[in-house]
Amino acid sequence: MSLLKVSNLGVQFQTNDGVVSAVNGVSFELEKGQTLGIVGESGSGKSQTVLAMMGLLARNGKTSGEALYQGKNLLAMSPAELNRIRGDRLAMIFQDPMTSLNPYLTVERQMTEVLELHKGISRRDAKKRAIELLDAVRIPEAARRINMYPHEFSGGMRQRVMIAMALLCEPEVLIADEPTTALDVTVQAQILTLLKELQRDFGTSIVMITHDLGVVAGLCEKVMVMYGGRAMEYGSADNIFYQPSHPYTIGLLGALPRLDHDGSELVSIPGNPPNMARMPKGCPFSERCTHASSRCADELPALAASSVNPQVLRACHKPADELQQAAQEVAHV
Amino acid sequence: MSEQAKQPILSVRDVKVHFQVKGDGKWPWSAKRTLKAVDGVSFDLYAGETLGVVGESGCGKSTLSRAILNLIPATAGEIVWMGKDLTRGTDKDWHAVRKDIQMIFQDPLASLNPRMTVAHIIGEPLRVHKPELSEAEVMKRVRAMMARVGLREQMINRYPHEFSGGQCQRIGIARALILEPKLIICDEPVSALDVSIQAQIINLLKELQREMGLALIFIAHDLAVVKHISDRILVMYLGREMELAQKHALYDAPAHPYTRALLSAIPIPDPQLEKNKVIQILQGDLPSPINPPSGCVFRTRCPQAEARCGTEKIQLRRISEQSQSSCLLA
Repeated sequence: MSLLKVSNLGVQFQTNDGVVSAVNGVSFELEKGQTLGIVGESGSGKSQTVLAMMGLLARNGKTSGEALYQGKNLLAMSPAELNRIRGDRLAMIFQDPMTSLNPYLTVERQMTEVLELHKGISRRDAKKRAIELLDAVRIPEAARRINMYPHEFSGGMRQRVMIAMALLCEPEVLIADEPTTALDVTVQAQILTLLKELQRDFGTSIVMITHDLGVVAGLCEKVMVMYGGRAMEYGSADNIFYQPSHPYTIGLLGALPRLDHDGSELVSIPGNPPNMARMPKGCPFSERCTHASSRCADELPALAASSVNPQVLRACHKPADELQQAAQEVAHV
Repeated sequence: MSEQAKQPILSVRDVKVHFQVKGDGKWPWSAKRTLKAVDGVSFDLYAGETLGVVGESGCGKSTLSRAILNLIPATAGEIVWMGKDLTRGTDKDWHAVRKDIQMIFQDPLASLNPRMTVAHIIGEPLRVHKPELSEAEVMKRVRAMMARVGLREQMINRYPHEFSGGQCQRIGIARALILEPKLIICDEPVSALDVSIQAQIINLLKELQREMGLALIFIAHDLAVVKHISDRILVMYLGREMELAQKHALYDAPAHPYTRALLSAIPIPDPQLEKNKVIQILQGDLPSPINPPSGCVFRTRCPQAEARCGTEKIQLRRISEQSQSSCLLA
């Protein structure tokens, strides 16, 4: 049985403009020690997917479908039940380390609180454990710095504190929502290396949410590409990067300026991101897709195994073999 | 390059921007300290060329761009535009220069006045700098410019909040281009945009540059984007120049340890390459620009630092035809 099994997850928000569907029919599985990358642009529903799993949706949000953690549905749990699991078995790292740490509390208090609550150990023991973890994420002079407030740390250091905090109870699943987006590249490299080491040492499964395909390439085994609240393509990292079979994935790879290849013109995706309140009836990407036919705008393609490679799931009416030429141009194999 | 292009249109000579900040002591009258945001930067820019400026947050790249336009006055140094020294220029001199040098900002929505329509925003530079034009002529040029940057004419009476981020950035570009400037300073113009939109804006800038013979100063923290658009690249760290080189020299043979660290830190969207890459991790955090290290400012994090890095005078020196580096060991 997989550790985490999400099937047909949906998220709807009740707004003044009517019901907005942020996520539609998203499914994935996560095994122990595996890393899943969820890639998409702003508004693709990647963050809402994991927030729904953690019971952290805004008040006007509703979920459908199920998210099974060890056979129990997270979406149907009461807050009390959920509180026993999140922070303990499922932990989360957020994008902005400044606004997700409590500015009124020292790092020591924020970290020991977690252990007192979930493990029921004394504050003194909890502090010892917290210092160990700050050491593990390489915060220098952890024993002294643990008594500081979040504002006394730099951005990269704060993100390390967040990671240490998420790892306090040795969670089985770590959900990282754009953990390096707010950081500089050299700091990002430090944090990503740290995540890889922690995964190796603790065997944690990671769900990595990001818009940066480079980050995904380095860290993830499986990749889900999302657009307009739906999964467009889902497969192993090698398949997604070397044999992309969905026009959106191909478009993303072509639009990316790269260090490892030279000077070819960027192939931009025409048009603008979709308005979530006015989604097309068919494929959400149909309005911007260069391969779209009239069928695409009317009929929603189902996520199904690719005819070229059954390991890959794709949601597109156009047969995968007709896209191979376009895929090769952007994959630079 | 033609003969005319040999003469730089912009020369920046040893420019410093220092800020006075609150002192060490807790009293309002405690001695003030000096924050050196930009500390001695020099470069030349030629017509039609793109200079990329890269560095991490706090390296002074945005402050430098504002100093070039006197939006933040430089503390010391010279800024020479078309052979004219503007350092001690009057407001009137600067007003004239801004007709030729325009700017595009990072946050596309925040840099547009929410109470003005698109027609007003794009037309305003004309109204300020060319008051002799009739209103009909202004609107004609606004329409032509909107079409040029890919905005539909029907949008002319809309307000900024009705546009997406990429469209707002197009409005910003139209506003900068309407005076037909010679130089545009782009301060992180694409870092707030999604990848698919980012490519649209980069392609648009390159196209417009080719058509109008513009020079660009392109500031960004993303080395992949900068590589794509620039001819030469300036790498900054803590207010100083680390390396200034032709694009290919910089990426193929980086001559400064900081450039090498920056390049190795960028994730490559290729699973095999990325997973087997050796990343040169920089230890520690950025030092404070109030109290920077002596000698080479990078030496506290440099894997190759020697004793003389802390004592010798550091300045950019030519190490090959195509590149200059400030590293003593290069």
